[in-house]
Amino acid sequence: MAKNVVFSRLRRLGKNERFDDDLSSSCDSDEVHVLAVDDSFVDRKVIERLLKITSCKVTVVDSGMRALQFLGLDEEQSSVGFDGLKVDLIITDYCMPGMTGYELLKKLKGSSTFREIPVVIMSSENILTRIDRCLEEGAEDFIVKPVKLSDVERLKNYMFGEGRTKSQGRGSNKRKLQETSSSPSPTSSTSPEPSSDLSSISSPSTPRSPTSLDSPSKRYKTSHHD
Amino acid sequence: MEVNQLQRTFLEYTAALFREGFLDSQFTQLYQLQDESNPKFVVEVVSLFFDDSERLINDLTRALDEPIVDFKKIDAHVHQLKGSSSSIGAHRVKNSCLPFRDFCEAQNTDGCLRCLQQVKQEYLLIKNKLEDLFQLEKQIVAAGGSTNLVEWML
Repeated sequence: MAKNVVFSRLRRLGKNERFDDDLSSSCDSDEVHVLAVDDSFVDRKVIERLLKITSCKVTVVDSGMRALQFLGLDEEQSSVGFDGLKVDLIITDYCMPGMTGYELLKKLKGSSTFREIPVVIMSSENILTRIDRCLEEGAEDFIVKPVKLSDVERLKNYMFGEGRTKSQGRGSNKRKLQETSSSPSPTSSTSPEPSSDLSSISSPSTPRSPTSLDSPSKRYKTSHHD
Repeated sequence: MEVNQLQRTFLEYTAALFREGFLDSQFTQLYQLQDESNPKFVVEVVSLFFDDSERLINDLTRALDEPIVDFKKIDAHVHQLKGSSSSIGAHRVKNSCLPFRDFCEAQNTDGCLRCLQQVKQEYLLIKNKLEDLFQLEKQIVAAGGSTNLVEWML
C-alpha cells in the first residue's frame, strides 16, 4: 500500500542522509528547514513563528507558484544547484487562489526530485474527504487550522523519523496510521481525546518536546470549538 | 497606577473577554509564541489581522454593492476573514462568518448584507477591546511589570 512506502521513505530520511546532501554552508545540521505556503498574511506570520520557536529554519511564501519557484521545480529540467535550498518539510494551506495546496502536493509528488519531501496540508475545514484525498496523494499529515504549537511540534517527529508520537485521535485515518510498521511511540495512547482548548497550554517561551499531553484529536475534531 | 493594580485589571479584562466569547484559546496560543526575542509578536499579528479584516470588509461592502453580486468572490473573502479571525482567536468574528457563508451559498443578497453588518459590528468590538488590552499592557510594561498572559491563564 502506498502509505507504507511513504513511511518507510521517511524513516530512511534520517539526519545522515541530510548531511550527505547538504551543500548549504549556513545550514545547521540539527536544524530542519521548512517551506511554509499560505496566502493569508496572518497565517503566514503565525506559522513562521510557530516553526521558528520549534527551532526550524523557515521560508514562507504566499502561493504554490512561489513555492515551486523557490524549489526550482518550475524549471525542473535545470534544477541543478538547488541543493543549497534543501527543504526538509513543506507545509501548505489547502485553500489558496491559483494553485491549491492539493495541486501543489500533486506537483511535488510528481517530481522525482521533490517527492521525498514530506508535505503537510493545513486547512480550516475539517472535511474528511479532503483529508483522505490529500493523504492518498501522499501528504504526510493534515492539520486543521488554527495551527497550534503542539501541531508543529508533532511534525518534527515526522521529519526525523524518531519515536513518532502517533496521533491518537485519528480514528478516521486508519488507512494511513494504523498500517504503519514504525516503532511504537512511547507516548502513544489509543483513545481519542475530546477536543479541549484551554487545557494543553505549555509553559511560556519554552519550546516543549511533544508529550502525551498534546491534543492529538485536533485534526479530526468533528465539532469545532465554536 | 501601581503595577499590581494594572496587572489585576489586565487579567480581569482578559478573563472577561474569554468568558464573553470574544476570544478563544487560539489567542492564548499567540502569547505562547511571544518571548524576549519576539516581545511584540501578539501586537504584530493582531495588527495584521486588523489590516486584513478592514481590507476584507471593504471588499465585501463593495462586492455586495455591485449590480450583479458575485457570491463566489464574496464567499472567498468571508472564508479568508473566517480563517484569519480563527488564527488569532477572534471567536465572535469567526462565528459571524459562518451564517455569512451559508447566505453566499444560497445566493441571498439580503442575508449577506445582514451578515456583513454583523461581521462589522463584531470586528469593531474586538478591535476596541484588543486595543484597550494592548494599551493596558503598555502601561504595565512601562511601570516595570510583565504581562505573560499564558502563565496567568493557567
